[in-house]
Amino acid sequence: MTCAELVELVTAFLDGALDPETEQRFVEHLAICDGCETYVEQLRQTIAEVGKVQPESLSDETRDRLLTAFRNFHV
Amino acid sequence: MGVVLPADDVLVAGLRAGDEEMFACVLNGWSGSMLRLARSFVSTAASAEEVVQDTWLAVLEGIGRFEGRSSLQTWVYRILVNIARKRGSREHRTVPWTSLAPYDGPTVDPSRFRDGDDRYPGGWRVFPEHWPNTENEVLAHEVRATVAAAIESLPVRQQVVLTLRDIDGQSAEDVCALLDISMANQRVLLHRARAAVRGRLEQYFASTAGVER
Repeated sequence: MTCAELVELVTAFLDGALDPETEQRFVEHLAICDGCETYVEQLRQTIAEVGKVQPESLSDETRDRLLTAFRNFHV
Repeated sequence: MGVVLPADDVLVAGLRAGDEEMFACVLNGWSGSMLRLARSFVSTAASAEEVVQDTWLAVLEGIGRFEGRSSLQTWVYRILVNIARKRGSREHRTVPWTSLAPYDGPTVDPSRFRDGDDRYPGGWRVFPEHWPNTENEVLAHEVRATVAAAIESLPVRQQVVLTLRDIDGQSAEDVCALLDISMANQRVLLHRARAAVRGRLEQYFASTAGVER
């Protein structure tokens, strides 16, 4: 497995979705390649950073309308 | 992941009992992802906002019937997809999820790797630079802004899958079922999205190298 091939398989690897033989080659490559080790670590960091992002939110009017609807539902 | 909410049974009991604070929590926690999801089916941001509103109203109507066979979030998102699909077809918008041929060109610039006639074809020419740690608050803030901008610039399908998987923490199986896409397509979209965000972070760190350190 080359570095160029490995970088395309990181998500499949993290999901445990590689077939056993490919996973073996992935792990063996990773063990001897500092560049790919860094790449995988950076993809993990990226995932962690994405997880901290708050997506856009509803307008205040819609939010207020829904909170009012919830209140009225339970009167 | 984004927001920490109580367990489903607590949430459901709270919503049924009319606990306003609990409702505000899920509303704030999930509506952002729901807008993004809705936006992939309908043509305008305003339309997406109405889909999210209609979804929450349907959730209020239906929460008494929720049986817990999926997670509450998955159940809510399924309602949203149904509403959004109907609305999208009324707006004659081609739903981007149906005819999806995954593009599988490289996610890392091929010039970063050695050529076929090199001794190590496909190996890194230069290893990726290590990134600084982002505990520094100013840096952490800028990193977050960089990531948010990178997500915004992704194609909508990649945005949605990335949001569901890496912000909401949904499983690959749930995402496939929700969007009615294959596991392979889901993975291609997710990987392309993550690789693109990583690339933007790499550019950002390269541009600040020597400034912060």
